[in-house]
Amino acid sequence: MKRLLLALMLAMPAVAVAGLPLPPDSVLQQDGVFTDQSGKVFHLAERRGHVQIVSMFYTSCKYTCPLMIDSGLGIEHALSPTQRDALRILLVSFDQQRDTPVVLQALAVKRHLDTQRWTLARADDGSVRKLAALLGVRYRKLGDGDFNHTSGLILLDAEGRILAKTDQIGPLPDPKFLAAVQTALHQPVSMTHR
Amino acid sequence: MRDVLLAILLLPSIAHAGKDYVQVPAGTYRSALKYEEVKDDTRVAAFELMKTPVTNAEFLEFVRAHPEWQRDRIATVYAEKANYLSHWSAPLELGMAAKPQQPVTQVSWFAASAYCEAQHARLPLWAEWEYVAAADATRRDARNDPAWRESILGWYAKPSTTPVAEVGQSPANAYGVQDLHGLIWEWTEDFASMLVTGDDRSQSDANRLKFCGAGSLVTQDRENFAVLMRVAMLSSLEAANSTSNLGFRCARSLTDGGSP
Repeated sequence: MKRLLLALMLAMPAVAVAGLPLPPDSVLQQDGVFTDQSGKVFHLAERRGHVQIVSMFYTSCKYTCPLMIDSGLGIEHALSPTQRDALRILLVSFDQQRDTPVVLQALAVKRHLDTQRWTLARADDGSVRKLAALLGVRYRKLGDGDFNHTSGLILLDAEGRILAKTDQIGPLPDPKFLAAVQTALHQPVSMTHR
Repeated sequence: MRDVLLAILLLPSIAHAGKDYVQVPAGTYRSALKYEEVKDDTRVAAFELMKTPVTNAEFLEFVRAHPEWQRDRIATVYAEKANYLSHWSAPLELGMAAKPQQPVTQVSWFAASAYCEAQHARLPLWAEWEYVAAADATRRDARNDPAWRESILGWYAKPSTTPVAEVGQSPANAYGVQDLHGLIWEWTEDFASMLVTGDDRSQSDANRLKFCGAGSLVTQDRENFAVLMRVAMLSSLEAANSTSNLGFRCARSLTDGGSP
């Protein structure tokens, strides 16, 4: 039995990595409960193992937020198919009232987002506030239900450590940020802990 | 025997009950901050606020119960290791430089939030803090009184090297809350929502592109320097930062099940 377990662990390195604590500088430690566009509940720690781009938005935002999706698509477009398959993109909404899984799903369909790679998510106000604090995103809810917020993309390594940020959003990727994404995707999954 | 056990089990909650919260009635006030989309006075729902800031002794009790917040174990995303509780002599010892009844400082926003959550509470919103801090000993809004403004500003003129006094030494204000002025700076839950940059407090067009949507901030009470300094200080911080004169107190909502 023991040998079987060992064999299983060796056969599935991802499982072994998941068993170790996250590094102290990983934002995936935030233990909030998130819900994705399909209604599936998840913790950020479950997103360990992939290089990912994280950003915050809300669907009823007319101007900047569509650009956040353009940004993600722009980066995907600039990558090779192998790189694209390895990258994950997570957009978390500020708006837990209006951005239900149904609304998030509708947006994913409208923008032709591949939900194998893209996750649109919502969470309770406390988790949103903490995630924003970890990412350095600032926001304020306005009286009419809209949000004023800083916008940007944050690149995390497979362990959830912040590698790069950019304030430049839109379909044409920030060259420096894109280079950081490509470099990150070339690194093997890091199992080292500081 | 069972009674003894029960009594022991109840002990920690009795200890926490010792921290006084003051009930603050709902009301409206005119904030010193003006967001462009806000036309009316600011409305604050009824809530409870700790009478005094959280002390070193109370925070020590918290980190004993929640070791992940001890300075030698805290995740680096949640606090700057070089500063966090650095005035304590050891992870679980206050030592000479941190008296039990002094307000705890050198705590990050994450740590302050975690402390309040452990008490089934939260950090106060800025509007709640400003609302209660507008009061002097007899009036709920004393902000138009030049003498009161002067007395508050006196503290800001003191060098920050002066040791922080113990909590509860100042007279209670009209709500029964103490130490809002003259002791420490305090975290608020929404400190990151002010969207002011340090070198441009009126946030003109230069900054607008950085933000999505309307709602820029200007100050409508330029004489209220004490509040403006708080806002400038809070808005310059990141959630993992801590300083030697920044602490916190907790609040509880009365409307959404947060009542005791």
